[in-house]
Amino acid sequence: MGFHCGFFICCLLICSSVAFQSDELLVDDDEFEGTQQIQYTDAAHTRSTPPPSRPTSTRRRFSDPDSDSKVQFQLEHSFGDSDFAPAGLFTARLKTSSHGGQSLTKMRFSRDAFTEEDSKKFTTLLQEDGFYTVRLGTNVLKSSGESYVYSSVKSRCLVRGELDEHFVIHMDGVNILAINYGTPGACPFPRQLKLPSKWSFNSLTFLKSGEQAPRTPVFAEDILVGETGEGEGVKPPEKSFWAKYWMYLIPLGLIVMNAITQAMNMAEEQVSGQAAGQAQPQQSAAVVQRGPGSSAVRRR
Amino acid sequence: MVLAIKLSFLLLLTLFSSFANYGFSLYEDQVGLMDWRQQYLGKAKHALFHSSKSGRKRVVVSTEENVIASLDLRHGEIFWRHVLGPNDPIDGIEFVLGKYVVSLSSEGNFLRAWNLPDGQMAWESFLQGTSPSKSLLLVPKSLKANQETVILVFSRSCLHAVSSLDGEVIWKIDLTENSVEIQKIIQLHDSDIIYAVGFSSPTQLDQFQINVKSGELLKHQTATFSGGFSGELVSVSDDVLVTVDTARSNLVIINFKNGEIGILQSPIAPVIDEFSGLMEIVPSKLSGLLAVKVNSLLTLVRVKGEGELEVVDKIPGQATVSDALLVSENQHAAALAHHEGSHMHLTVKLIDNWSTSFIDENIVIDKQRGSVQKVFLNSYIRTDRSHGFRALLVMEDHSLLLVQQGEIVWSREDGLASIVNVVTSELPVEKKGVSIAKVENNLIEWLQGHLLKLKGTLMIASPEDVVAIQNMRLKSSDKSKMSRDHNGFRKLLIVLTKSGKLFALHSGDGRVVWSRLLQPFHKSKDCAPRWLNIYQWQDPHHRAMDENPSVLVVGRCGQSMDGPGLLSFVDTYTGKEISSSSQTHSIVKVIPLPFTDSTERRLHILIDAEGRAHLYPQTSEAIGILQSEFSNIYWYSVEADSGIIKGHALMRKCVDVVDDYCFESKDVWLIMLPSDSEKIIASATRKLNEVVHTQAKVVADQDVMYKYISKNLLFLATVAPKSSGEIGTTTPEDSWLVVYLIDIVNGRILHRMIHHGSTGPVHAVFSENWVVYHYFNLKAHRYEMSVVEIYDQSRADNIDVWKLIIGKHNLTTPISSYSRPEILAKSQSYFFTHSVKAISVTSTSKGITSKQLLIGTINDQILALDKRYLDPRRSINPSQAEREEGVIPLTDSLPIIPQTYVTHALQVEGLRGIMTIPAKLESTTLAFAYGVDLFFTRITPSRTYDSLTEDFSYALLLITIVALVIAIFATWVLSERKELQDKWK
Repeated sequence: MGFHCGFFICCLLICSSVAFQSDELLVDDDEFEGTQQIQYTDAAHTRSTPPPSRPTSTRRRFSDPDSDSKVQFQLEHSFGDSDFAPAGLFTARLKTSSHGGQSLTKMRFSRDAFTEEDSKKFTTLLQEDGFYTVRLGTNVLKSSGESYVYSSVKSRCLVRGELDEHFVIHMDGVNILAINYGTPGACPFPRQLKLPSKWSFNSLTFLKSGEQAPRTPVFAEDILVGETGEGEGVKPPEKSFWAKYWMYLIPLGLIVMNAITQAMNMAEEQVSGQAAGQAQPQQSAAVVQRGPGSSAVRRR
Repeated sequence: MVLAIKLSFLLLLTLFSSFANYGFSLYEDQVGLMDWRQQYLGKAKHALFHSSKSGRKRVVVSTEENVIASLDLRHGEIFWRHVLGPNDPIDGIEFVLGKYVVSLSSEGNFLRAWNLPDGQMAWESFLQGTSPSKSLLLVPKSLKANQETVILVFSRSCLHAVSSLDGEVIWKIDLTENSVEIQKIIQLHDSDIIYAVGFSSPTQLDQFQINVKSGELLKHQTATFSGGFSGELVSVSDDVLVTVDTARSNLVIINFKNGEIGILQSPIAPVIDEFSGLMEIVPSKLSGLLAVKVNSLLTLVRVKGEGELEVVDKIPGQATVSDALLVSENQHAAALAHHEGSHMHLTVKLIDNWSTSFIDENIVIDKQRGSVQKVFLNSYIRTDRSHGFRALLVMEDHSLLLVQQGEIVWSREDGLASIVNVVTSELPVEKKGVSIAKVENNLIEWLQGHLLKLKGTLMIASPEDVVAIQNMRLKSSDKSKMSRDHNGFRKLLIVLTKSGKLFALHSGDGRVVWSRLLQPFHKSKDCAPRWLNIYQWQDPHHRAMDENPSVLVVGRCGQSMDGPGLLSFVDTYTGKEISSSSQTHSIVKVIPLPFTDSTERRLHILIDAEGRAHLYPQTSEAIGILQSEFSNIYWYSVEADSGIIKGHALMRKCVDVVDDYCFESKDVWLIMLPSDSEKIIASATRKLNEVVHTQAKVVADQDVMYKYISKNLLFLATVAPKSSGEIGTTTPEDSWLVVYLIDIVNGRILHRMIHHGSTGPVHAVFSENWVVYHYFNLKAHRYEMSVVEIYDQSRADNIDVWKLIIGKHNLTTPISSYSRPEILAKSQSYFFTHSVKAISVTSTSKGITSKQLLIGTINDQILALDKRYLDPRRSINPSQAEREEGVIPLTDSLPIIPQTYVTHALQVEGLRGIMTIPAKLESTTLAFAYGVDLFFTRITPSRTYDSLTEDFSYALLLITIVALVIAIFATWVLSERKELQDKWK
């Protein structure tokens, strides 16, 4: 399992560029990468600084150059239906693991600047909201691959002030499975026509290899039983008194309340009973008064 | 108000979820109430009649669905049946010893003997050969009575003699060295010697003489014929074989006189006038006659000894001839079936004297059965001691008919054993005024029924009453009515079979409401139609009273992908073909779009072999609808052999074709899987009509997770090419399984995961935001199931209430595939005991009810497994909050609870697919499983929380209410009286 050390996103590199491309730039990125990896542990959302701000420095290597070798492969692009033309260069180190598997690390990218013609083409593409397509050869070791993987994006998605682009390259060893190209942000459907303020690209590059599936848990049945048994033993104290007996407490409360109201009613009744008692004598008096008469009727 | 109802739903759900373990289980008396099963066989290949004097008369058939079955000759019912599995096609069947039927299957690998009365397997033998070849089965006539018969099998370039008693191989001759393809094995005149005849090259004929008893190869003779052989070798009589030459205009007659080979060539042209084109031999066994197809006429030719030919009969039109049947001593008869107008003409004639016919009958056969494909003849002795004949007919729609005395005695719709696809259709809305009269008519019956039910409930019913109640429940006219019901349980299942016939099955009892054999309007030689799939075309809701729904059936001519396409539109209420057309373009893929026009016809895009898209229906309105969504239509294609997945988008109108409805496409993205390490074996997508109730999932600690719900996701599984064969061919180190989740709009790989040491076959189901797949783990030597759930992280911040109040949430922003998704994929794996034939998931109308996986197991049953068992959040010791939410403690394997078999005691033999259809009632899913058998049932994953059960006794309720009212009055009167009396005291 050792060679799957980096579970998914292995490495990234960023570079933005306009016109020029040199070794210095790469080394600079090397350093840059170091700092950025500290900053962004998930290796995402990095944004390169524009070229003028970059200091130049001498070339340094972090790792042993003997076990690594450098590979380069070209990115090609097309505007709508046009033919593919070179657009930039990816550089990476080929790392050979002790198992014999090869993988790429420290990928970096330098993009060629848009020529006048490219900008024109891109402008027309923006007007019709066409597809901007990029492609890569499937094998990084073969410089001229016959087979390509490609990806397209609606050109209007790229324009966000400058041109923002975002590459995800899916690798399996030295094979490129797919390139996912797009914009780092959102791009909802009714896309507005907007021309870029600057014809330069902010590029973000991710390298992804597959994730390994979690292994099926294997545990002996008795352990499971023991654990659940324990869990059940622990469970009762967790419940509060209220949580446990609410179904008894609520009816009890109701009964109590009912009883109280009844008691109060009783008291009232007594009061009213007394009132009634006061009234009754009068009635009975009346009856008494009437009494002889009625009795007289009966007697008749 | 709606919210309140939903809330109460949820409350009920949580209430019932505690019982969900037993969410689906039946009581004994509920079997058959809402489920039905039908048993079929498939298109018959061979039939053997067994009409011995003793015992019941039966016919044994073997079919193209690899079924061997014994049928009652009187009624067509199945006595016994065996389904041999998808990779075990039957090559031949024969009777031996009068008590067994032997079947040769798997290209001659398996010879099995089945006991005739009960279908028990008596023995099985595995015949090993060297190289694949044609396989033949012959049971020579026994030389002496009571002698052990030998079964001769030629398979995989070896000739085997197998004992019929125990299946022991007696001897074996390997003919690989001679590289002879044996065509026929002949036994001459009850002798010990058999002749195996075949071709070793297109011009050379080989004959082997073999002693049956010892297996000794006596003689090997060859003969060459410069004209070359082509086509099948047909035996005309015991010692004469006939084939055609490579020019297909001459008959080649091969004679075996005294063990010598004589080859004669005789042209067919002189005997047949106006011979043109090619001749084809119709494989048949007509002792003395030869059936050939010339100029698409079936012609019967008598072959005489010295290569003389004589035309006996020419039958125009569709005609089929049976094999010869021994009627009496040296008299053979054959049946001939052909169509004349709307009638089927069946004649049985004596072969030696073709002009006399035993019977000559006209039979009216439903036009929707098409033409006769095969005739099997059987004779019996009539009451007046003359010969009677009955014939078993296999029709174009694969149905099986028994014809006797000019009538169809029984028929079986065996085309339903090979279903291609199913769609459902609503039934007509009940017209007002009709139902009331019906109820009035049956009022007394209705009352009686309820009284009976009441008795049952009060447990005072006698055993007869119980039977009556059960019958009443089973035959409830309610479930088989031809109208829409309130709960949406009654539906029409529109089924397309391999033969190109559409059936409408009523979901209540499974009866065939109508059937239609699809015929391209000009059926010609160059278009052999193959019907591919069926789609919902028009599903009127607004005008359900006036318009009938219809379906679209898509087919193509011939086998190649670029054959012209065929479309047929069929009304689902009447079965009438509204229109049908043959297209100039081919059809590779059909995409139903989520748009309908003003008449509620669904827009479809048909992709042809050149990658062009064709819009249907072809109206200007449809174009208008498409134009508005033009840039949002994407589709994908998979080239499984090269591991390429491509995305396409619509581009512009076709340039080189003048067709307003034709559009060109552009390849938008491409993913290439390395062909040396990955091979695509399975894929799954979400159902187009699936409803998701809620996007958010509330997890235990009052937290919310947002499901990543996209209709554009594709699940793909690949394995190492080495291990793409059967399980056990590779070591765990050499095999891996990679699963992908791909957004098909922009080709984004959202998730890629490797299972090391695992291999296919993979069965997967995709629903809402999760995929469940089944595969084999080589390391653990067990089957496994995994679940992947995907959640949207970009919406995770929305749980902050303050953000919601201030309005800084992104809940209202439209989702675009071009936006970069931030997803979180969670996964977990479990062991599963069974291997799986099909997997599906329940679907309900609002998506509220919890889901169950429907798993077609290896023993052809359907297991309902609660989705909660496949939840990546399961852990060994879930917290109290999680337990209350319903998270089940993690176990290493998924439980199989016997009560949750949806098929209860039944089997759906040869199970190939499970389809789920939401009913109108939220709690209920309708499930239809098909294979050789059909099965339909209703499933309630969370029990019927939203309706009373069907056997709820309304009478009891009524009586209780009445009794209560009476009691109230009585007590009131009593209390009044008492009060009065009290007052008088």
